[in-house]
Amino acid sequence: MSIIFAKILGKFTLSSLYNGPITTGAAVSMVLIVFGLVGYLFYTKRWKWLYREWLTTVDPKKIGVMYILVALIMLIRAGVDALMLRAQQATSVGSSHGFLSSNSFQQIFSAHGTIMIFFVAMGLMFGLINLVVPLQIGARDVAFPRLNATSFWLFCAGMVIVNLSLVIGQFSAAGWLAYPPLSELQYSPGVGVDYWIWSLQIAGIGSLLAGINFTVTILKMRCKGMSLMKMPMFCWSVLGSMALVIFAFPILTATLTLLYLDRMMGTHFFTASGGGNIMMYVNLIWAWGHPEVYILILPAFGVWSEVVATFSRKRLFGYNSMVYAIWAIVLLSFSVWLHHFFTMGAGADVNGFFGIMTMVIAIPTGVKIFNWLFTMYRGKIHFATPMYWFLGFLVTFTIGGVAGVLMGIPPVDFQLHNSLFLVAHFHTMIIGGVVFGYFAGITYWFPKIFGFKLNERLGRYAFWCWVVGYTLAFVPLYILGLMGATRRVDHYSSLLGWQPLFVVAGIGASIIALGVATQVLQFTVSIIQRKKNLDTTGDPWNGRTLEWSTTSPAPVYNYAILPEVSDRDPFWAMKHNKDAALTNTPHYQDISVPKNTPMGLFIAGFGFLLCFALVWHIFLLGIVGLLGLIFSVIYFLSEDDTDAIIPAAEVKKIETAAAFERAYA
Amino acid sequence: MNRKYKIALVAVLILGFLLSAVLYLHTTNIAVLNPKGPIAEKERNLLLFALALSLVVVIPVFSLTFVFAWRYRETSTKAKYSPDLDGNRIAEVIWWGIPTIIIGILSVVAWNASHTLDPYRSIASVNKQMTIQVIAMDWKWLFIYPKQNIATVNYVQFPDNTPIDFEITSDAPMNSFWIPQLGGQIYSMPGMSTNLNLLAYGDGNYRGSSANISGTGFAGMDFAAVSTSQASFNQWVQSVKQSPSKLTQSEYNKLDQPSQYNPPSYYSSPLQNLYYAVLLKYMGPIGSMGTTSPTNSMQMSGGYMQ
Repeated sequence: MSIIFAKILGKFTLSSLYNGPITTGAAVSMVLIVFGLVGYLFYTKRWKWLYREWLTTVDPKKIGVMYILVALIMLIRAGVDALMLRAQQATSVGSSHGFLSSNSFQQIFSAHGTIMIFFVAMGLMFGLINLVVPLQIGARDVAFPRLNATSFWLFCAGMVIVNLSLVIGQFSAAGWLAYPPLSELQYSPGVGVDYWIWSLQIAGIGSLLAGINFTVTILKMRCKGMSLMKMPMFCWSVLGSMALVIFAFPILTATLTLLYLDRMMGTHFFTASGGGNIMMYVNLIWAWGHPEVYILILPAFGVWSEVVATFSRKRLFGYNSMVYAIWAIVLLSFSVWLHHFFTMGAGADVNGFFGIMTMVIAIPTGVKIFNWLFTMYRGKIHFATPMYWFLGFLVTFTIGGVAGVLMGIPPVDFQLHNSLFLVAHFHTMIIGGVVFGYFAGITYWFPKIFGFKLNERLGRYAFWCWVVGYTLAFVPLYILGLMGATRRVDHYSSLLGWQPLFVVAGIGASIIALGVATQVLQFTVSIIQRKKNLDTTGDPWNGRTLEWSTTSPAPVYNYAILPEVSDRDPFWAMKHNKDAALTNTPHYQDISVPKNTPMGLFIAGFGFLLCFALVWHIFLLGIVGLLGLIFSVIYFLSEDDTDAIIPAAEVKKIETAAAFERAYA
Repeated sequence: MNRKYKIALVAVLILGFLLSAVLYLHTTNIAVLNPKGPIAEKERNLLLFALALSLVVVIPVFSLTFVFAWRYRETSTKAKYSPDLDGNRIAEVIWWGIPTIIIGILSVVAWNASHTLDPYRSIASVNKQMTIQVIAMDWKWLFIYPKQNIATVNYVQFPDNTPIDFEITSDAPMNSFWIPQLGGQIYSMPGMSTNLNLLAYGDGNYRGSSANISGTGFAGMDFAAVSTSQASFNQWVQSVKQSPSKLTQSEYNKLDQPSQYNPPSYYSSPLQNLYYAVLLKYMGPIGSMGTTSPTNSMQMSGGYMQ
């Protein structure tokens, strides 16, 4: 009898559902929100619409919107985590031990890091790439549209697994990279680390597939005349980032598999004893982890290149240099991973080598900064919100970069490693570089996708909240690090005098939260007042690249007539030369677009079941998940009739309507 | 309230904030910038040198950002507008060149410093080097003095101006051994032995901690590192030797149980070769604690990391 139960329930018991008042409270509120949404969909009878328009869509623009929506919801989830961490560290001093247990605190920072990197930063990145890349290269779609939908749903499955750990069982308490032997069965016997492994595993496979997809898209689907050296800089940086995805993510997949084998099968790849080597894991995870940082930042660099050129009304300065810099960064990013553990005790030669490589990577990055600056030189700068984010980025990113160069010197790193100085450094890079970049990108391309601009005033308020909040939240952490405060402590002695700084950091985090609230308000107000901010021209910012030449919102096929380019800033050239392409009467043809398919949803759904079963060791569910996965992949691959035709007459109708609106708005 | 007063109010508030920040920082110990030994001192100087060198790039970036943003704003009527300006060979050579020179200088400095400040390197001194063995446990630090034949928990004392060679391993998940005012950290890893050579200039009491997450009680792994005169140190050793608690196998097994926020404790006559036994526990097949001779394990551990 008990064997049957074990096959059905695995390691699950009723006590897995209760993990103390705070966790359970969070879990209950999350479940209520999900039920509320489901109820709302039934009430408004929107299921069919949701299924047809969104769940089965293969349109990269819609997939991009869904990526960004999920990422913003996760930003709020992991942001609440951050507030709890700050509240604990501001109050847990001396005789007070704060409101969180050590274990809860450790689960929270592990979840915060994991979610912020994998489901916020990666989500925003893939979202923007989906929205922009096909439009910028003058293509109608990505190379493998159905695979693209699958990537998104795998990403979602990973997101669900991470959040499910809040409701059933608990999450990993071993930090966002789960170093062994702490993450091994001996020291983390619960399901937490398994949740972490399978969440990243399934999301990581989605990322790898997306990486392949966009590499092929950029290499093979550019419109006529767009040689590589005429590509918009955003596409170049995406190409660099996707190359890194292709080379780095398999390392993550392999490493996580080995760790799971240790935990599930009793192998000894990374155990402390039995011939395992814990530092092998640390090397492998950073061989993925360091390129991952550049995977996130490169597309943000691309956003800056577009934003600064557009709003300075000027060509991008030093295009060739920018391209070389991207590829220098791509290559170098695989030769610096050891700087994450100079303190391992490797010899001076090894540390010296990786220290130098680390500093060398600052050169191409510095070059990019100067090129952006000189794009502003002799421009006519229009200070829209994306430009505010850009200036905020320049200042914060330079400070973070200096902190990075300091830590690139091994003996200096011995003093700063694992301290709050390090925490402040990478938050400076990721908030100031990555997050600011994607916020700027969202504001910039929003009208192209939705047909109206975001409210500028609220956007500026949000920006100021973020910048002020960021400064108050992280400058104290730099100082605390120099005082010897290590990361991840849930308690410290009152004699150290650290509390005032932790309190200021907590205030800073709250101001950032206010910024996020302002952004939610910005979206809401902009949607309500969309009539006021309609973009009827398709070119709300006086843009330079191809995407601004089509209507806003862009039609499902992006371009009624595939464009042909001869300039790096083709749309700018068209506008200023009164190019023939703008004035000729167009001759429309049938357009073939991929049909919607639920297969991505099915593959990710069965994948989710399989991962969930592997977390809880539920044998029967695992079989169901695995078989379902295999059959849905086979079905997915053998589907023939995947395209639909939009007849030329229909295209003409859509285009004439858009032209009419443009003329009479 | 008119605009002038508002600006003045904001300025006063910011000034007050900065002033209290300065006062606060003045009274708090910024450990890394307040070194008490040659290693920490050189590491601090290196940090300040690299920071100063970075300013060669940071200052132009910050000033250009604000100057360009102001001068080339849309509403400015005086500024020149050259929409097709998209490169300048000389300018680009400058900003590939200058960072390369700075990083070149820093690279030489980093390479040399990696060697001179290598944690394995013994510190030259007129006084003879002393070895202290360190075992990270769940969740406390065990210090063994092989020559003095004593052991302590969460407290380590040593003579000043004497090079100390900490031999470090772990009987628990990975930790990181860090006394910021004396020098940078190094990992303590099960089955591996690392070394950290430190020296304290004078008498003092410095905070040490674990810098790497090792489980629930990790935040409570603070310890006191105390440097005193040789005479006081000898006196202290004698007093610990009188301690009735001996670090026997059964006492060690008790210590091996997870515990949090342990106050300092002192042991006389610790088990012989305990450090190597702990190291070996993870190197051979499981459960082989103490079956190989210590000399063997020393070669193995030494050969492993270096």
